[in-house]
Amino acid sequence: MISRIFPRLMQERSATATIWLLSFAVPLLTVGLAIGLTLRSLPILRDNSLIDLLTRTTWRPMAGEFGFLPFIVGTIAVTLVAMVISAPICLLAALHLAEYAGSQTRTLLRPLVDLLAGIPAVVYGLFGILVVVPAVGRYIAPFAESHLYFVPWLSPQQHATGYSILAGGMVLALMVSPFIISVAEDALQAIPVGVREASLSLGATSWETSKYVSLRAALPGLVGAVVLGFSRTLGETMAVLMVVGNVAQIPESIFDSAYPLTALIANNYGEMMSIPLFDSALMLASLLLLVVVAFFNFAAQMLVLAVRKRAGE
Amino acid sequence: MPHVAVRDLSVTYEGKIGFKSTTVEIPDACITAVIGPSGCGKSTFLRCLNRLIDNTPGARVQGEVLIDGTNIYDPGTDLSALRKKLGLLSQRPQVLPMSIYDNVAYGPRIHGTRRRAELDDIVRKQLEVAGLWEEVHDRLHQPARQLSLGQQQRLCLARGLAVEPEVLLCDEPTASLDPVSSGHVEERLIELKSEYTIVLVTHMLRQAHRLADYVLFMYMGELVEEGPADELFSNPRDERTRDYVAGTIS
Repeated sequence: MISRIFPRLMQERSATATIWLLSFAVPLLTVGLAIGLTLRSLPILRDNSLIDLLTRTTWRPMAGEFGFLPFIVGTIAVTLVAMVISAPICLLAALHLAEYAGSQTRTLLRPLVDLLAGIPAVVYGLFGILVVVPAVGRYIAPFAESHLYFVPWLSPQQHATGYSILAGGMVLALMVSPFIISVAEDALQAIPVGVREASLSLGATSWETSKYVSLRAALPGLVGAVVLGFSRTLGETMAVLMVVGNVAQIPESIFDSAYPLTALIANNYGEMMSIPLFDSALMLASLLLLVVVAFFNFAAQMLVLAVRKRAGE
Repeated sequence: MPHVAVRDLSVTYEGKIGFKSTTVEIPDACITAVIGPSGCGKSTFLRCLNRLIDNTPGARVQGEVLIDGTNIYDPGTDLSALRKKLGLLSQRPQVLPMSIYDNVAYGPRIHGTRRRAELDDIVRKQLEVAGLWEEVHDRLHQPARQLSLGQQQRLCLARGLAVEPEVLLCDEPTASLDPVSSGHVEERLIELKSEYTIVLVTHMLRQAHRLADYVLFMYMGELVEEGPADELFSNPRDERTRDYVAGTIS
């Protein structure tokens, strides 16, 4: 009897230990990453105060001037533009798939949406250069210049080439759409059919039912979907650096070029490493990216929790 | 002519029979129980009466349902106005994701009642009719989901009554409730039957005995027998009805 149970017990214990170890390894890696980045950022922090680095706007590594503000603003601006474009479209698309589309349309559309998630970032970047950038430069910017000149942020302040925050935002909006749509659709599908039917049986139309019942019931999930898109957008590198122009400036409108943190790191690491403190500056950029992403993820989690609580779950 | 009349109505699900051609009139101001074993088509029958069957993929309806003399399957039927006439109480209480107050006020708001005082009156009145006012009057603005299942079902009743329907469609309304809560709901239905035409789908024979004035017995997608409750239960004409009522088939 003992001889039989013994190997099984051993298996059980070793499996438990392995799983325990692995489940700690991944979070520990993140902590290690943060510590490593901090250590390598120390040289630049020794010569400059953190406040100065975060608030200065000039980026001249040769002269030893490292102002990170343009990159932080660039990252946030591109992300915001992407979310403003994609969130409403994706949520409505998810609503359509979940509640309006017939089963045939759904079986046709879902794989197409999922396919978008599998396209490599560099292909989105090419699409951006060949389609989005010219569209922004030739059509959208002139239109905004003549019709929206009184709106701050939305009209070009300099000659618009198309390589811009808007182009980056549009490409990113497309890239994150499959994630937002898919999570949002799952949230909407999870609403019991009976709840929708209760609303319909009271004489509400489909749209009233969607608006007052489905969107409300699925709100925590929908917020979660947008948050997921937000996180992905913050960290996206390749596609955005191909279309955003990469000019270290504080943008005056969405038609200006910007330079997100991700692009800064990807473009420069391994180059010009002989410049003093340059390596350390890029490490600090990585650390900032990590902090910005962590901060937004944390805030987003709080938001989801707050929404859940309000929904009475 | 009664509020609800059905003529040659049949339903198929992708070729399979939901129920066969049925013609029946539902008497007003009493409780009509639709009884029969699971899968006999009684819920499908109920869903045809307010056209919720439209939302079932693959379902095909033929024939006529006359609500107040108008065929609701005519093209151009105003579904919103139709469904306002037919309240629904479903198997599980389906509260809307909002407060107790807003659940009851939902229907009236949809149909254009905006004044707060008017809504307050409706909410109070219907919660009283549903026998829930005493239990919830001090927490009307809390989420409805916090109520017990039995309370939720009475809330659904109040919500359905708030749009002033003529007919109440009840699809096994006590199936998910404990005996005490079931009792509450049954009492409400008995109180309401003088004012409403009530169609009660149930697979609980005893419930049909307690509540029904008129009974439709369905078996394998067919309306086998109909008649006043005491007659049908004490003296069924069809053999299948006799077996079902006696408990030999289920």
